[in-house]
Amino acid sequence: MRTKRSPWLGIHALVMLIFIYVPIAMIILFSFNESRLSAEWSGFTLDWYTSLFQNEHVMDALKNTLIVAITSTVAATILGTLAAIGVRRVARKLKLATNALLYLPIVIPDIIMGISLLVLFNLMEIDLSRWTIIIAHITFSISYVYVVVTSRLSTMGKQLEEAAEDLGASPWQTFRFVTLPQILPGVVSGAIIAFTMSLDDFMVSFFVAGPSSTTLPIYIYGQVKRGISPEINALCTLLILVSVALIFLAQYMLGRGKGQKKQRMLPF
Amino acid sequence: MIELVNVEKHFAGQTVVHPLSLRIEAGEFLTLLGPSGCGKTTILRMIAGFEQPTSGQITLDGADLTNLAPNRRDLNLVFQHYALFPHMTVRDNIAFGLKMKKMAAAEIRSRIDEAVAMTQLTPLVDRYPHQLSGGQQQRVAIARAIANKPKVLLLDEPLGALDLQLRKNLQSELKQLQRSLGITFVYVTHDQEEAMMLSDRIVILNNGQVEQIGTPREIYRSPSTLFTATFVGENNIFSSAQGELFAIRPEKLIAVREANEGKRSGVIQDIHYLGSVHQLIVQVDQEPMTVTIALDFTDERPWNIGEHIGIDWDLRHEVMIGS
Repeated sequence: MRTKRSPWLGIHALVMLIFIYVPIAMIILFSFNESRLSAEWSGFTLDWYTSLFQNEHVMDALKNTLIVAITSTVAATILGTLAAIGVRRVARKLKLATNALLYLPIVIPDIIMGISLLVLFNLMEIDLSRWTIIIAHITFSISYVYVVVTSRLSTMGKQLEEAAEDLGASPWQTFRFVTLPQILPGVVSGAIIAFTMSLDDFMVSFFVAGPSSTTLPIYIYGQVKRGISPEINALCTLLILVSVALIFLAQYMLGRGKGQKKQRMLPF
Repeated sequence: MIELVNVEKHFAGQTVVHPLSLRIEAGEFLTLLGPSGCGKTTILRMIAGFEQPTSGQITLDGADLTNLAPNRRDLNLVFQHYALFPHMTVRDNIAFGLKMKKMAAAEIRSRIDEAVAMTQLTPLVDRYPHQLSGGQQQRVAIARAIANKPKVLLLDEPLGALDLQLRKNLQSELKQLQRSLGITFVYVTHDQEEAMMLSDRIVILNNGQVEQIGTPREIYRSPSTLFTATFVGENNIFSSAQGELFAIRPEKLIAVREANEGKRSGVIQDIHYLGSVHQLIVQVDQEPMTVTIALDFTDERPWNIGEHIGIDWDLRHEVMIGS
C-alpha cells in the first residue's frame, strides 16, 4: 500500500528552489537582454558577451585571475597532498590536531582571513601585489585539497602500500606506482576545487590585492558600485557556468577509480 | 629455515605476543592457529617486517631479518583481503614485484606465464581485479607472491573471505601448490579443520602465548592443555577424584546399556544422526555437564532420548591436561 504524501513537502521544496535560484536565473537572463536597463526585456542579444571580450579591463582582470588561480592551485595541490600523506604517519593525537588546524580555514570567515593576511603583510613590509593574492589563495586552498585527498587516502587503506612494499618496492616506488595512482582522482578533484575557490574569491583578494592586480571578482565589485551593466551580468553568467562545470568535474573525478568504494560526494 | 628467538611484541603497554621461540624448517607447511586476537597475525606481520618485535630476533637461513625493511626480505605475504592493485591488470599485478627487482622483460614474461599456469589464471591475465570473483582474486594474490620465487610464503587467512565450498577446493589446491613449489609456507588461520588438513605442524596460540606445537596427529591425539583439547576437534573434559582434568574424544567413549556398568552414568538428551557417525548427547548424573559420544555405523543398537545409560572408556584413552 502506498502512503499518501502531504503535498506541502513538494510545495515547500519548490519555493525553496525558487528562492535560491531565481536571483541567479535573473542574472543569466538579463545578460542576454538587448536593453541596457535591467528592468525590462527588449530582445535577445549576445552583444554583451562580445563587448566583454573586447574590454581591456576585463581581459586584464581575467589574466590576473587565471595567473593567481593556476599558480595557487599548483602550489596548494602539492602542499595539501603532501600534508595528507604525511599526517597518516604521525601519532593519533597529533593527527587530530593537524586535522582541526587544516579544517579551520574552511570555516573561518573570509573577511577575517583577508584582514589577518593584510595585517601580516603590513608587519612583514611586503608590498601588496599579485604575489600577495597568490599566497593568500594558497593558504585557504591547501585546506580543500587536504580534506579531499585525506578522505581518498582513508578509503584506500594501508594494505595496498604494504603489498607493494612486500613485493620489493622502495618507499618512493610505492608512492609512485601505487599510492599516487590510487589517490589521483582525489588530487585532481582537490585541485579543481582549489581552482574554483581561487577563481570565485572576492573577500580575501579584496584585502590583499595590489593596485595593479585586480581579479575578476574585484573588478565586478568595482563596476557594480556604478550600477549593474549587462556586461557584468554576462561576466557573472560565465563565472557561474565555469564554477558549476568545475565542481561537477570534481565530483566526477572523486567517483572514479576502478574497483574502489565509490565516493561521490565532496566531503564538505 | 626461519628462526624466531624470544620474539616478543607489546602494543601500548599490553603484551600481544609473549616471548616466542620457533624454528620453521625449509619446505615445511606450518600453521599458526588460534582464535581472533591471539597474536597469530602479529607474528606473521613481524616475519614480513610490517611490525617490529619489541625484543627478540628473527632470522632467515641464518641471516638476521629483524631490522630489515619489508621490501628487503626474501619472503612474500598473501594478504587476507588480497590487496590487489585495482588500477593494474592481473598481468601487471603479477609483474609488479618482478619489475621492482629490475628483472629482464623476457624473464618477467616467463615467470608470469608460469605463475598463471600454476594458479589456473591463464585466460584471465588481462582482466582487472574488480572483474574477478573472490576465488579468482585469491588466486591472483597467490600468483603475485609465488612469481617472486620467495624462500618463504606467508599467508594471512587467505581463504577467510570465501564461501565454504570454494574454500574446500582452494585448500587442496594450496596444499598441492606447496608440495610442487617446495617452499616454506607459514599459514595463519582460526579454522582448526583447515589447519589440520593443510599443515605439517601446527602452533596453537591463545592470548599471545603458545599452547602447543605439534603435528596435526599429535595435537589431536595428545593435547597438552585444556585450551588445545577443546579448541581442536570435539572433546569431553572430565575431572578425576583428585581434581585433575583429562580429556576423552567422543569416538573413544563407549555407551553401555546398564547405567551402573560404566565409569559414569547419564541420561540421553539428544541424538544427532550425521550419516557415517551418530552422536549421543548425554547429561551426566551429579555433574553439570553433557558429554558427546560418537558411535560409528557398526553400532546398530537402538538408543532413545531419555534413556539412562552408562558411560565407559578405556583408561589409555584418557589424556591428562592439567588441573
